[in-house]
Formats: sequence, structure tokens, C-alpha cells
Amino acid sequence: MKNPIEQLQKVFDSRVRLGVMSALMVNDQVSFNELKELIQLTDGNLASHLKALEENGYIKVNKGFVGRKTNTTYAVTKAGEKAFRLHLDALEQMIKQMGK
Amino acid sequence: MTDQNQTLETIKDIRNIMDRSSRFLSLSGLSGVGAGVCALAGAWFANDVIAGSDAGKTAKAGTIRQYEHADGGLDMLHSFMGHRLFMIAAVTLISAIVVAVIFTYLRSSRQGIPLWSSTSQRLIWNVAVPLVAGGLFLLKLIEAGVYGLIAPGCLIFYGLALVNGAKYTLGEIRFLGYGMLLLGIISCWFPGYGLYFWAAGFGLLHIIYGIVMWNKYERQA
Repeated sequence: MKNPIEQLQKVFDSRVRLGVMSALMVNDQVSFNELKELIQLTDGNLASHLKALEENGYIKVNKGFVGRKTNTTYAVTKAGEKAFRLHLDALEQMIKQMGK
Repeated sequence: MTDQNQTLETIKDIRNIMDRSSRFLSLSGLSGVGAGVCALAGAWFANDVIAGSDAGKTAKAGTIRQYEHADGGLDMLHSFMGHRLFMIAAVTLISAIVVAVIFTYLRSSRQGIPLWSSTSQRLIWNVAVPLVAGGLFLLKLIEAGVYGLIAPGCLIFYGLALVNGAKYTLGEIRFLGYGMLLLGIISCWFPGYGLYFWAAGFGLLHIIYGIVMWNKYERQA
């Protein structure tokens, strides 16, 4: 049998990145500030995790303006959605095997 | 086994964030109770006004006079009690909304969640669309003198609004919506008793829902 741990996505190894992906999966787009509030993180910390997800092609960034303030929003890409589902499947498999 | 705990913890995190980022979860049960009490008070005042008018008496006797198009008599009815009933309805609606917002505001500030957020805005929008469309339609019915369908209409459109909004807040509100819809549809066949159905829906159902939700989510908090 395939070891489900191999199927776990390395990028999702952090709670923050998983949190970001979870929020983006159920929303068309989420702003930087909303993510910050949801995951309760400092700007710099969140930004570096977002950068990593972006570099993997799992999320896309959209820079806009609300009035004069910049408003950066994030959305999940097709590849990101697929990777996240695979990751969830792997987690599910792991739990099933432990139950045995 | 720490491995298993970790995995379960991760899944709990994922679920939690999905919920919190897509639903406004601070809606307080006490908001339901408060709105229900406002509705009962409003219905009680409205009942006084209707009972005091001739049209109310014939309506209670179960005639279908209410379904007639605006003739002279109904025009008089319109100006005689339309105004006071309309005032009562407006005051009831406004006080119910204010009370509901206050209780939900208290709960959200206890939880440290902003009241005005993208989740609450989405909830308001999705509830408002069926409500505003329904409200305009009901105003047109009043203009046409079809008073007998006002109460069922209120219940039906409000029920639809709740079912629609349930995706954006605590999911249980869907059942409150179903209850409103059921009462609204049944009341279509009981002309003259609209106010009682209205009070049962907007008053009792709200209060029951509110108590159940308060028990489930807020009691220990």
C-alpha cells in the first residue's frame, strides 16, 4: 500500500499555509487584512507564507485599491485547489490507517 | 498517539477557518428572542386596530372580501387603518432589527469578531435580496387592496430570505426559514387569520429558535 505520508504536500506543512488555503477554498477572494484577522499573525510572517504559496502557483495575488489604500486580495488557483484536495485525502487516509 | 492527535488537530483547524471565513457566526440566539417579542407586541397592537374596524370584523368572519380589488369600501379601509397599521408595522420592524443587532453586537464583541465584516455583509446582502423584492411586491399588493395575502407574503418571503441566508451564518437558521415558509403557505388558505399566522411565525418561531440557539451555543459562554 502507498504510504499516505508521501502524498502530504510539503508546502502545506505549516498551520499558516493550511489556514490560508482553507480560507481561500471557500471564498472567491480574501484580502490580506482578513487573512491576518483569521489566522492572527503579524504582517511580515503572513506575507512570507503567502509568498511561498504564490511561488508554488497555488494562489494568485490581485493588487487593487480601496480609495487610496492598497487592497491586496488572494484567490486560489486550479493547481492550488488540486494540491489542497490531495493533501486532505492524504490526511484522511492517515486517520483511516491509524484507526485500524 | 501524538501523530493522530496532530492530524485531527490539523483537520479541526481547516474546518474552523473555512467556517469562520465564510460564515458570520456571531448571530446571537437572543436576537431571535428579542425580534420575536417585538413581533408579538406589534401583532397585539395591530390586532387592536383591526378588531376596531368593520373590515376587520368581516375579515374575521372568514369572508373573502379581502381578496377583492380596491373598491370604495376598501379604499376607506386603506386610509382609515392603513396608516396606523403601517406605522405599527414600521415601528415593529425597526425595533426588531435594532434589538437583534444589539444582541448580536454584544456577542460578536465578546468573541472579538467585528460586527461589520465581509462575512456579515455577505449575510445581510443575501437576506436582503429576497426581502426587498418581497417587500416591494407586498407594497404593490396593498396598493391593489389584496390585504389577505400580506401576512402570508411576509412569512413566505422572510422564509425564503432565511433559507438563502443560512449558507452565510449558523446553518440552523434554515429550519427557522422552513417553518416560516410552511406557516406562510398554510395561511394562504385561511384568509382572515393572517395576523395569527404572522404572530406565530414572526413571534413564536423566532422565540423558539432563539432559545434553542442560545442553549446550544451561548449558554456556557
